[in-house]
Amino acid sequence: MTTTTDLGMPTTGTPDGLAHVPHLPQDEPKQTKRDFTSDQEVRWCPGCGDYVILAAVQSFLPDLGLRRENIVFVSGIGCSSRFPYYLDTYGMHSIHGRAPAIATGLATSRPDLSVWVVTGDGDALSIGGNHLIHALRRNVNMTILLFNNQIYGLTKGQYSPTSRPGTVTKSSPLGSVDAPFNPVSLALGAEATFVGRAMESDRDELKSVLRAAAEHRGAALVEIYQNCPIFNDGAFEALKDRTQQAARIVRLHSGEAVTVGTEEDRRVLVRTTGGGSEFVPEAEVGARDVVVHDAHADDPSAAFALSRLDTPEMSHVPMGIFRQVERPTYDDQVRAQVDAAVDTAGGPATDDDLQALLRGKDTWTVG
Amino acid sequence: MTSKTAQTLDRVVIRFAGDSGDGMQLTGDRFTSETAALGNDLSTLPNFPAEIRAPQGTLPGVSSFQLHFADHDVLTPGDAPDVLVAMNPAALKANIGDVPRGATVIVNTDEFTKRNLGKVGYETSPLEDGSLESWHVHPVALTSITVEALAEFSGLSRKEKERAKNMFALGLLSWMYTRPTTGTEQFLKSKFGARPEILEANLTALHAGWNYGETTEDFASTYVVAPAPMPPGTYRNVTGNTALALGLVSASHRAGRPLVLGSYPITPASDILHALSSMKRHGVTTIQAEDEIAGAGIALGAAYGGAVGVTTTSGPGIALKAETIGLAVALELPLVVVDIQRGGPSTGLPTKTEQADLLQVMYGRNGESPLPVIAAQTPADCFDAALDAVRIATTYRTPVVLLSDGYLANGSEPWSVPSVDDLPQMHVDLASEPNMTDDNGEPVFRPYLRDPETLARPWAVPGTAGLEHRIGGIEKADVTGDISYDPDNHEKMVRLRQAKVDGVTVPDVEVDDPTGDARILVLGWGSTYGPIAAATRVVRNAGQPVARAHVRHINPFPANLGDVLRRYDRVLVPEMNTGQLAMLLRSKYLVDVRSHTAIRGLPFTTVELAGAITTTLQEVQ
Ligand SMILES: Cc1ncc(C[n+]2csc(CCOP(=O)(O)OP(=O)(O)O)c2C)c(N)n1
Ligand code: SF4
Ligand SMILES: [Mg+2]
Repeated sequence: MTTTTDLGMPTTGTPDGLAHVPHLPQDEPKQTKRDFTSDQEVRWCPGCGDYVILAAVQSFLPDLGLRRENIVFVSGIGCSSRFPYYLDTYGMHSIHGRAPAIATGLATSRPDLSVWVVTGDGDALSIGGNHLIHALRRNVNMTILLFNNQIYGLTKGQYSPTSRPGTVTKSSPLGSVDAPFNPVSLALGAEATFVGRAMESDRDELKSVLRAAAEHRGAALVEIYQNCPIFNDGAFEALKDRTQQAARIVRLHSGEAVTVGTEEDRRVLVRTTGGGSEFVPEAEVGARDVVVHDAHADDPSAAFALSRLDTPEMSHVPMGIFRQVERPTYDDQVRAQVDAAVDTAGGPATDDDLQALLRGKDTWTVG
Repeated sequence: MTSKTAQTLDRVVIRFAGDSGDGMQLTGDRFTSETAALGNDLSTLPNFPAEIRAPQGTLPGVSSFQLHFADHDVLTPGDAPDVLVAMNPAALKANIGDVPRGATVIVNTDEFTKRNLGKVGYETSPLEDGSLESWHVHPVALTSITVEALAEFSGLSRKEKERAKNMFALGLLSWMYTRPTTGTEQFLKSKFGARPEILEANLTALHAGWNYGETTEDFASTYVVAPAPMPPGTYRNVTGNTALALGLVSASHRAGRPLVLGSYPITPASDILHALSSMKRHGVTTIQAEDEIAGAGIALGAAYGGAVGVTTTSGPGIALKAETIGLAVALELPLVVVDIQRGGPSTGLPTKTEQADLLQVMYGRNGESPLPVIAAQTPADCFDAALDAVRIATTYRTPVVLLSDGYLANGSEPWSVPSVDDLPQMHVDLASEPNMTDDNGEPVFRPYLRDPETLARPWAVPGTAGLEHRIGGIEKADVTGDISYDPDNHEKMVRLRQAKVDGVTVPDVEVDDPTGDARILVLGWGSTYGPIAAATRVVRNAGQPVARAHVRHINPFPANLGDVLRRYDRVLVPEMNTGQLAMLLRSKYLVDVRSHTAIRGLPFTTVELAGAITTTLQEVQ
């Protein structure tokens, strides 16, 4: 039989994901977008949604006030994974699907870094699915940006694990028969402590979700809907189209009722007797049980239910922060165990300490 | 003290064999510790099934532990046991074939029931049908005597009492070979301290076994094996995996960089993960990853951040790590990859030894992706090999593969504990400032500007102001590290990476040729060190000159290796694979080396190798 032991309380004493990352001194001039722009020529296709996300990130990073050298972007492989080359921070363009694992090693050994992962729907959910779920469940302090274009861009347009059923591509000429993942549902099921979603084209929403994600202590996953004009153009058009947008996008605000629609035509999410929920016109709510979003609820079930409002037809798509809870992070705890062992033994190992380790407990002497 | 006669022996090989649940590995370990404390030289060979609890009393469930100890230096765990302890019919049946006639066999008669005999296909009891006539058999009712000795332990069930029978056996063998039992008593106290009755029962069984030897007439004599002359020093007994873990920690200490291990459990490598997980006091971080790919990725991520990044595994895990190791080749970051080889292909023989991953670690990656390969030679040598692996990785900013195998990993030998002051110093310089000026005379950092001597690129870790840069698996432009698809640049980078590995400084291979007139050379690598040394000793003792050499560095090979190979009329290369080193030697040096190979999951025996050497000698005469 195995035994379990009380791990004690998390030792960082802060829910701030950037607490241990050096910040710029107050009196230094604020960084600008240019400070985060590298000298590399950006090579995405014209019109690619990745440009929009890059511009948003470059202009948002100065807001964090961190030292540039303490920011690291690690990516996998895919169009989206070229991202680090264009940012003047530290960066590693690694191999397909493995960025969360590499970032885990880096984040655990270096608490002074703000670690970001950039990944695509294929990179994160297909080849790298295993690393993604384990980074989330462990709650390693990192911010994961999942660029979801519902297609494999770099390999020229095969269907991906988020493609809608029936998607016609070169590898699915009769339509794909795969059932897709909902990345938000997946992340919630994987015990993620922070899950958000934003549209590439909605810069304000994107920045505010990114900021909350960066400041979250633990693993934060942000799904970003990204258009690939070459292989999957218009995948999110229904959400961008001004005439339909309001009726489809459900903007999540913790502590507020979940609603969709415009001032004039607002619908409110209420619970049904069968344990489900439905949107009803505001005027008809009456005494019905209104769903109030609580991103900080311990139990992820309500957030999961919200993630399921989303259907392949995108009739109701929640945007914003689904879940934002505190839980001890893996890296803080790993470091705490090492630090405690070192402290208890009286500080970093000296030559004598190493000598004692080499000798062990059972020695004998000759001569 | 014993009233019986004592005979002096120069060497003994004992094999403890029983059911996996009988505690034979523990018994062997304890006997080994007692023997080490006495000052004998020794070598051990644990041999256990892959199944945790194979059906009781069956042949697949047999677990054994062999120990060779002597008053002189010991090179192998011994070909054949002088004494077999068989705890049940299965253990007897599985092992008797290795025991020479005339040797001693101690059997636990209690287990020789009709049912147990039937389980392994004995129609009649070998204890009664005369089939063991040529051996010196001691029938001992080990189980019932143990239970009887524990009659007063009313709080223990019969099953719990029976479980102490391995301590009874240990006590008996300790008496026979005059081993001190104080170490074992200490050990039991620390193990069962919280359960006083179990502790007392085990101690009682241990003493009962000792007393049994002293009082029964069946055992007429005790044996004395005098301490071996060993160089002065402080010694401990280490397995290869323990030595390897200690080597990694020592290297990290000397380099002044923290050790980060990313690993996924796999036999026979897991004990390194276990050992390092309990060394947090030395600043060691261990991360049990979700799979082997992640284990390598975690180590690489930590190395990117300035740690000594290590990943440990066996052959199947190496296959999974290949792409990440290739990334480390391209990124030119230090990464230590430890492969404790086991029988393959696929799951193969998880608990048995083999040397068949050599070509996998040399070539099992896409593209031209050379990396240094080091092989440990003996359990204790795993310590030095680990230090060497970290030295090369950090000096040259490259992944390094360190090869060990199941035989070294679990086998043990006395180790002269080095003084920390005598360990090699490791100089690790992290980049801290720009290393070039651009066309405008501005200082700039170029991540792929190489050290002219080592060809290593700078190790510039995140957090260093002014050195922000991007690296990745796409081919990089020489010096700048920018993405480059230029044909000439690619050719240059491929050759630079090769030149860097080719230029790793490794010591010359030493040839052992005492008479200086040998015409044949036996050349090995890895864990065949002991068996080859023992076999050449046998051949030399028979008056035949034979030279011997062992390569620690397989990539790059020692600079003098070609000359050494060409000096002999014939070169014999024993390997536990189908000839992988031989293939490398032939292709590189165009020397017609002869392979001697065996793929049985077991180390070579001295007799077998001596035979192969003698045959080769006859061919050149
Ligand atoms: C081991 C491996 N297998 C396959 C590939 C080929 N490959 C590169 S990117 C990619 C899919 C990328 O899709 P996604 O992650 O959605 O990124 P996008 O290009 O759409 O941004 C594939 C299959 C690879 N680079 N490595
Ligand atoms: S293929 Fe699609 S995702 Fe890739 S760069 Fe072009 S537009 Fe962007
Ligand atoms: Mg994609």
